[in-house]
Amino acid sequence: MDLFDIIGPVMIGPSSSHTAGAVKLGNLARNILGEEPKKARIILYNSFAKTGRGHGTDKAVIAGILGFGPDDERIKIAFEEAKKRGLVYQLLIKEDESLHPNTVTFELEGASKKTQVTGCSIGGGRVKVTAIDGFEVELSGEYSTIITVHKDRPGIVARVTAYLAEWGINIAEMRVSRKRKGEEALMVIETDEKLPGEIKEILRNIEDIYRVITFPE
Amino acid sequence: MISTIEELVATAEKRGCKVSILVKELEAKSTGRSVEELFKCMKSYFEVMREAANRGVTNEIRSISGITGGEGRKMWNAAERALSGSTLAKAAARAMAVANVNASMGKIVAAPTAGSCGILPGAVLTIGEKLSKTDEEIVDSLFTAAEVGRIIALNATIAGAEGGCQAECGAASAMAAAAVVELAGGSPRQVAHAVAIALKAVMGLVCDPVAGLVEVPCIKRNAMGAVQAILAADMAIAGIESVIPADEVISAMKEVGRMMPDRLKETAMGGVAATPTGKKLSEKI
Repeated sequence: MDLFDIIGPVMIGPSSSHTAGAVKLGNLARNILGEEPKKARIILYNSFAKTGRGHGTDKAVIAGILGFGPDDERIKIAFEEAKKRGLVYQLLIKEDESLHPNTVTFELEGASKKTQVTGCSIGGGRVKVTAIDGFEVELSGEYSTIITVHKDRPGIVARVTAYLAEWGINIAEMRVSRKRKGEEALMVIETDEKLPGEIKEILRNIEDIYRVITFPE
Repeated sequence: MISTIEELVATAEKRGCKVSILVKELEAKSTGRSVEELFKCMKSYFEVMREAANRGVTNEIRSISGITGGEGRKMWNAAERALSGSTLAKAAARAMAVANVNASMGKIVAAPTAGSCGILPGAVLTIGEKLSKTDEEIVDSLFTAAEVGRIIALNATIAGAEGGCQAECGAASAMAAAAVVELAGGSPRQVAHAVAIALKAVMGLVCDPVAGLVEVPCIKRNAMGAVQAILAADMAIAGIESVIPADEVISAMKEVGRMMPDRLKETAMGGVAATPTGKKLSEKI
């Protein structure tokens, strides 16, 4: 815990979990989509649904997918900003006791891509992405991140991590999940070091890797 | 890393330096950032605090829900004729001003949380002004406050959902008391006594936000937290000692938080949130 975890962060109020955390989850969903979102369907669950409006959670999630940070004063006018940029959105609320009290699902569509991201705000502005396109994941967004979608077969993880070793990049967290054996798998790697710009292209050229997402850009 | 108030005070005493000087050096060592860099970052946070306080005392700032607004400005305008004196009234005004800005989706610094964000700026801006301190001196005092907050977070909690309001506004008030003692030229030992006195004053305070929003009773509790911090600092500087050492008070606060039912910890199911008016407001939103 450093001192600026105690005094800080600078944020738009009123709530670190319901406002700042919600913005961060929106930022992550935008990063995972990897392009400007044109259409968004957002489902706020439980406490996010119940006290979300008073905490500006609805504006915060829209601000997040527009790419505004948790300290951006445009969060308050996120609905107007969305209109200006031609983002068509739908906000829904639901109850689901099996989910964390502060959960949100984003269904985003850009010009060429689509994604579904679910995450929760776990307190103090910290967040966790728990699912991407139906794959179970665990992603904090506090590190440099690589996400790959690939064929579930031996050797893919080794190829990716071999490159990381070559670049001297240390893995902080890593998780691989799949829906069914031999079909598509999704891997999330969070690293201590910044990622080199060319990494996306290089990993994309590995056979049987279909898609690579890296952020921050 | 220092993990208790006693260790912090004893080290500063041994070195014969202000707590903030020690804190900056230790933080630089543990994070690998330079003291100048840390100072610059804290200074930028201080600017956000000041901007929020100024906005809230000059404008009537309404919350998103519409339940609250303008408290900071009202108190500011009445400060010169306040029975408690203009210093305490201005501290209360600035604390509520920052809390108003927070509730309106404006920019604030969590200190240690968003819900308690007004207490520290309310106290240090007002005492800094009264004692004609430079910005640099006020920023330095924030390092002392931050270290006190970190020690509380380490040994207890600063989350309302875990420890009630005593953990959030209580921690903020203890942090502010520490900063005020340092600004006023008090000793490291007096910093510790002020921390203990401030935290004892709110021991057991529940977190009971109406409709789950950071407004009622939070905004006014920010005012009380700032005022209590200044009084705790005054007591410590006057030579009044806390019989119970600060570290033991922090442990007691943790234990009280543990014993507190969940209904009184940010769930909006107890305290003023569960009053007829509290419930009515909750239904309206």
